[in-house]
Amino acid sequence: MPSANAAARAQGPYENVVVRQRSMFRQIVDRLVRNRSAMIGFCILMTIVVLCLLAPVIAPEGYNAQNLLEKFLTPSLRHPCGTDNLGRDVFARILYGGRVSLFIGFASTLFAAAVGIVIGLFAGFSGGAADNIAMRFMDVLMSIPAILLAITIAAALGTGVSSAIFAIGISSIPIFARLTRAPIIQLKNEEYVEAARSINAGRLRIMFGHLLPNIMSPLIVQVTVNVALSILLAAGLSFLGMGVQPPSPEWGAIITSAMVYIIDHSYLVTMPGIAISLTVIALNLFGDGLRDCLDPRLKI
Amino acid sequence: MSENILSVRNLTVKYISRETGVCHAVNDVSLDVKKGETIGLVGETGAGKTTIALSILRLLPMPPARIVSGEIYLQGEDLLKMPEGGMRGIRGGRISMIFQDPMTALNPIDRVGDQISEMIKLHLDLNNAQAAGKAAEMLEMVGIPSTRFNDYPHQFSGGMKQRVIIAIALACRPELLLADEPTTALDVTIQAQVLNMMKGLKNELGTSMVLITHDLGVVAETCDRVAVVYAGEIVEIGTADAVFEKKSHPYTVGLFNSLPDITGERKRLLPIAGLMPDPTALPEGCKFSPRCPACGEACTKGPVGLRLESGTHFVRCLKAGQ
Amino acid sequence: MARYVVKRLIFMIPVLLGVSFLIFVILFLTPGDPVDVILSGQVTEDVREAWRESRGLNDPFFVQYFNFIGGIVLHGDWGSSFVNGQSVTGDIMLRFPNTFLLACLTTVIACVIGILLGVFTAKHQNTWLDTSFSVVGMVGISMPQFWLGLLLLIWFGLNLKWFPVSGFDGPRYWVLPCVALGVQNAAILLRFTRTSVLECIRQDYVRTARAKGQTESVITWHHIVRNALIPIITTVGTLFGGALGTAMILEQVFSINGLGRLMVEAIAMRNYPVVRASVLILAISYSIIYLVLDLLYAAVDPRIKADFEGQSFFGRGRFFAARAKKTGHFPKGGGAHA
Repeated sequence: MPSANAAARAQGPYENVVVRQRSMFRQIVDRLVRNRSAMIGFCILMTIVVLCLLAPVIAPEGYNAQNLLEKFLTPSLRHPCGTDNLGRDVFARILYGGRVSLFIGFASTLFAAAVGIVIGLFAGFSGGAADNIAMRFMDVLMSIPAILLAITIAAALGTGVSSAIFAIGISSIPIFARLTRAPIIQLKNEEYVEAARSINAGRLRIMFGHLLPNIMSPLIVQVTVNVALSILLAAGLSFLGMGVQPPSPEWGAIITSAMVYIIDHSYLVTMPGIAISLTVIALNLFGDGLRDCLDPRLKI
Repeated sequence: MSENILSVRNLTVKYISRETGVCHAVNDVSLDVKKGETIGLVGETGAGKTTIALSILRLLPMPPARIVSGEIYLQGEDLLKMPEGGMRGIRGGRISMIFQDPMTALNPIDRVGDQISEMIKLHLDLNNAQAAGKAAEMLEMVGIPSTRFNDYPHQFSGGMKQRVIIAIALACRPELLLADEPTTALDVTIQAQVLNMMKGLKNELGTSMVLITHDLGVVAETCDRVAVVYAGEIVEIGTADAVFEKKSHPYTVGLFNSLPDITGERKRLLPIAGLMPDPTALPEGCKFSPRCPACGEACTKGPVGLRLESGTHFVRCLKAGQ
Repeated sequence: MARYVVKRLIFMIPVLLGVSFLIFVILFLTPGDPVDVILSGQVTEDVREAWRESRGLNDPFFVQYFNFIGGIVLHGDWGSSFVNGQSVTGDIMLRFPNTFLLACLTTVIACVIGILLGVFTAKHQNTWLDTSFSVVGMVGISMPQFWLGLLLLIWFGLNLKWFPVSGFDGPRYWVLPCVALGVQNAAILLRFTRTSVLECIRQDYVRTARAKGQTESVITWHHIVRNALIPIITTVGTLFGGALGTAMILEQVFSINGLGRLMVEAIAMRNYPVVRASVLILAISYSIIYLVLDLLYAAVDPRIKADFEGQSFFGRGRFFAARAKKTGHFPKGGGAHA
């Protein structure tokens, strides 16, 4: 565009500077794409998710198809992760189990984030007695080890996917509440909040429309990290017999049911553990990258 | 006044990084500091003044910085060839430095007295009690009651912190003091106090000083000689009187024109047009040529050398004096 | 400072009351009658009723709760086990030392390895050494601890027979569980230390120390690491607390008679007094750990100490805001925030 440039030059020194306007979302995505750890994490995670979603295509026989003639086969081409005591293909079980584990991880995190953020917002914004009560309650939740809180809640609710989600979710509510409340207390006196008030914006509008968007970065990162933690916690819960029960192929449950055979058939324990570790590594890498991209100040 | 404490010869420093390429921070700088004299390094932010000072102490972060060539002689010894262990004896002992921002230059978790005696214990052969005594003495010397020996930096104001830093710098009676914008971060009223105190102490201890600043007023007040730095080069150097009397380089002229003139001859400030060149892509020939009102054809051709203007006054300009 | 400690101890009381109440509610809502689990199904309804009555299970909720709290406060009575009728404190005091020892050893190992490697990688930022330790750390953080425990048990316990695989009776027994629990903690600590040291490494006061002619080792350990210590201390504290909790899983793997195993059994048996008392013991340990952390902050950083000493007795809100500001970030890396 030579003519446009010429016209621009005629107008003044700043006119030939092309300002590319991009939305904040686009900028963050651009940075993410260039971030090595985020991309590695994202690719591993997507591979795992796609494999788990395609489980019925990859392993049409399902996760419970027994073949007692093919018990305890070591990993081979036909059974990449071997077969278990009932002749079930462990790879198929891991694929189906991934659906359960990932679902528990994401669902419990979303539950915890939703509740925690709302508590943190109201507590931080209202201040005073409401804040004090809410935060002392969070102190109480934080004074009980997460795994212990989860098993007692799971004991009360009974075993199963939904109670695992609830039990794990509750134990991560405090971290979200605190991550929300701390910056809100500082931000609620900022001038743009004052400005919103001066045009008669309601409390809810200020909280969710003006304050929340400003504190999203650490929360988004925490969501990613928390999914990883929840998957680990769910596996631990199954291991203690308080989470999802066999024959469900939740990853922790696969390991637990293989415990009896570890002396002779250790691959039964190794393989699902690798699946858990890979998923958690992917989520943590992605979380690291996300942190660098969302908050460049923290990047070193 | 003739003996050179410090001679910088043809110093060239580059910052090399993968993202931004090669940044030519200091280009072929030569500089002498005589015993007892104060020399001012004047220039804009980013001109390379701090890099020169940090090179003298070999405190540049390497990588990305790299001293490409040059020699720095401290009374005949080349500091750039000295082993790291010997260099530690120089730092603080014979050359010390005052940094720009007093708010962050002190360790927040050490008592100020201990931070002074740390310096003393490193360079003088004193035991703890003696070092503490000397540190208290230094505090008094910079005008802080020695009862505050056990206080922490957060209990001091900016000006007080800068005094502590000056006390640290002068504790071992160095031959040379590098002061990097020592007053920029302070309130105007405190600036004069600190500057006067530094001047007094310097005379008392017979220290030479390199004063880095962008404040021409400070130069006029304190410096014997002045070197104007632009884009990593010394463009004009001479006694303060000579340079202030006969500003020869167009950049120096520009610097003075952008100061308010209280005699009222000029009504408006005259800023220098344009920006300092990108140090990763310096212009050919005279570095100032793109902004220079007097730029001629020869100016953009080859490198321009320093030319004697008069006496000890040198200028790096083809047009100067015409 | 003493006044501050007293204040913190007093503020522990409502939190502990909250913990006991919460756990009471959860257990109250737990389905399954302890009688069914503990007494065999062959006894008559009269016997069952008498059993319930004698354990106070027929009382209304609040009566049960106040009896529990009253017992602890007035008589130092933490309740009696449903199973053997003995005071639960006996069981707990027998088991808690094992859990505590496991958590302590783990934390010490994690501190030594994690902090040393964290400082080392920060000093060698962006070299191949830094990158490889970061990768190792990431893997360490991401492994489920019980799974690592199982792998160690299979390799070093069952196959190589280097270490015993069950019990906790001496140093040889400690190795595998401590490694299983310590790897993740060391990896978390490595990441935190590295970040924290990198934040301090370019500070002006580090340059000041160099300009004084200070030696590199004093610069690293005195000027850099001491300033980087606050987030590191926070992490060590949370990791120690987390280790007390997650020890539960490894006690299961290595058949260690610890508090965690006691609790898992008790929950399965609906042996509520044991669960309540154990949870309360852990909560008290947690609160004490956090108090010790705060005192350590004050010992390391004079600014925090001044802040603590300047507080009014009831100025709790300001205290938390100040601590959040001074202690810096919340846990950043992945890992047990339990």
